[in-house]
Amino acid sequence: MSLADALHLAFMQRAVAAGLLIAVMAGLLGVFVVQRRLSFLGAGLAHAAFGGMGLGAFVIASTGLLASGVGLLRHPLWIAVPFSLLAGLGIAWVRENTALSSDTAIGVFFAVSVALGVLFFSIIPPDVNLGLSLMDLLFGSILSVTRPDLWVILAVAVVAVAFLTASWGALAYATFDDELARSDGVPSRLLEVSLFACAAVVIAVSSVVVGIILMAAYLVIPAASARLLARSLLQMTVLSVVLAVLSTLLGLALSYLIDVPSGSTIVLTQAAMFVLAAALSRRWARGAGG
Amino acid sequence: MGRRLAGAWQARAARVEWAINENVFSLCSSVAAPARACGGPAVTPDGRAVPNGAGADGPRAAAAPGRPGAPAGPPTIHMHHVGVRLGDAVVLEDVGFDVEAGCFLAIVGPNGAGKSTLVKVALGLLTPQRGHAALFGEMVGAHPERIGYVPQLKTFDRTFPATAVELVVSGLRRRWPARPSAGERELALAALSRVGAERLERRQLARLSGGELQRAYLARALVRRPQLVLLDEPATGVDYLAEHDLYDLLERYQGGTGATVAMVTHDLAAARFHADRVLVLNRRVHGFGTPDEVLCEPCLQAAFGHHGHHHALAF
Repeated sequence: MSLADALHLAFMQRAVAAGLLIAVMAGLLGVFVVQRRLSFLGAGLAHAAFGGMGLGAFVIASTGLLASGVGLLRHPLWIAVPFSLLAGLGIAWVRENTALSSDTAIGVFFAVSVALGVLFFSIIPPDVNLGLSLMDLLFGSILSVTRPDLWVILAVAVVAVAFLTASWGALAYATFDDELARSDGVPSRLLEVSLFACAAVVIAVSSVVVGIILMAAYLVIPAASARLLARSLLQMTVLSVVLAVLSTLLGLALSYLIDVPSGSTIVLTQAAMFVLAAALSRRWARGAGG
Repeated sequence: MGRRLAGAWQARAARVEWAINENVFSLCSSVAAPARACGGPAVTPDGRAVPNGAGADGPRAAAAPGRPGAPAGPPTIHMHHVGVRLGDAVVLEDVGFDVEAGCFLAIVGPNGAGKSTLVKVALGLLTPQRGHAALFGEMVGAHPERIGYVPQLKTFDRTFPATAVELVVSGLRRRWPARPSAGERELALAALSRVGAERLERRQLARLSGGELQRAYLARALVRRPQLVLLDEPATGVDYLAEHDLYDLLERYQGGTGATVAMVTHDLAAARFHADRVLVLNRRVHGFGTPDEVLCEPCLQAAFGHHGHHHALAF
């Protein structure tokens, strides 16, 4: 079956739609993650989502929600999202109120979440079928995105894109110089907490699709590539979204054509773009120098 | 460029020669009588506040130089018994003074004296645990658009992709501009031109020298025509020529607009030559008045300590 034919299949259309929504969210969010040196935050929150998914799977398996008719309630995501949100707010609180740095705070939440995830998944009876394997969770399963998954991703994307575009100027100002922004009345603490909360929810819903291990790369690589080429934050933002979208489409197409896992293909496509951007930026720098 | 450099060095040499001849930092013009400066607390040269009601609550005795008569309206900066504690450390204690419109205030003191903390209080970034602070007669933070703040250069992120014109437009919008409009760009260019930095328009901030960055930040502060310019160690990391130009620009802006300038500095010579009011700070106020009144050995010794003030005087 050719790629064009495959695009007529419902599961492929859902995969493309989910991938594009995640690309736009990750591309926008990634700009602030990279510029605020929070790359580790992506990994930390993705692993917090793993803990949340473990807790969600355990709750669903042990409370009879699996038998309920409501599709969303049968998905551990409805527990993973608030769990990740709490982890994101917790990291922001530790960062703000203790002498610990971001990476230390993230490291603590990272380890605790993984431990909880492993614990909860280990005590779920083996005969319970949640429709979600541990491997899917770790490495992503974009081709098995369901219609309810897509609705959840769409709802989160609308809120996240609205927040990030509406507060772009204030977030960018506080990212450039927090003190200068606060002196001009920008509520930078509130914005930072909102950014962490937004990242937590985006990462939680996206990690089901691209996998928790690859989610951090999704947040960082397109934005980092864009940074290498951009001369302004607006350029960086637009490029980051464009590169995330392109790498998703290209990665999905390649994974279909050569029959390899889609999550890793997307991330490797992003990595190839990063290498290209690095080479181009060096060439431009030499050109400017000469 | 060569002529400007030569002029700047001549000016510096003249300042040093004058300072040596007049022994400016070892004599105090008001040793016999307590200094009462610009409406602030009357302070003796040994750093003791005079308990005669002439403190922060007392009458503002002197107008800014060149502005005869008592100024109308509230002081631009009003600090009343301000106390700040960060953790267990007392950073500011019972700090009180008033600065009238049109003053050029220099805030001097040793490292860790609380100078930058005082600026943060004035900007509304830090709420004092004791006392209160007001700008233009209103609570601090009420009118950020009236303040042009030039922070220490070390605070900004050099990996941030930004051009000088975007930095200046951020001063107009009080947000980071996605795309400056034609009108904003025009205002930004005029501000860059006023500080002699129009050629920096499209330059990346990360590639600017300390002096060029300082000009871009100054253009950003002045583009909104502030009534108060607050500078935190503006001469740090810039060469002498850039420093000379900076003070020159500030004086010209102040002369043209009647704005108040408040500047944290380590440079006592700059305070002597450019400020008309000096606040000597080391956790509390050790002197507040005209440079003649407070840049004297007793005040500086009280603030800098027995050994420190010799280094301070040596500039």
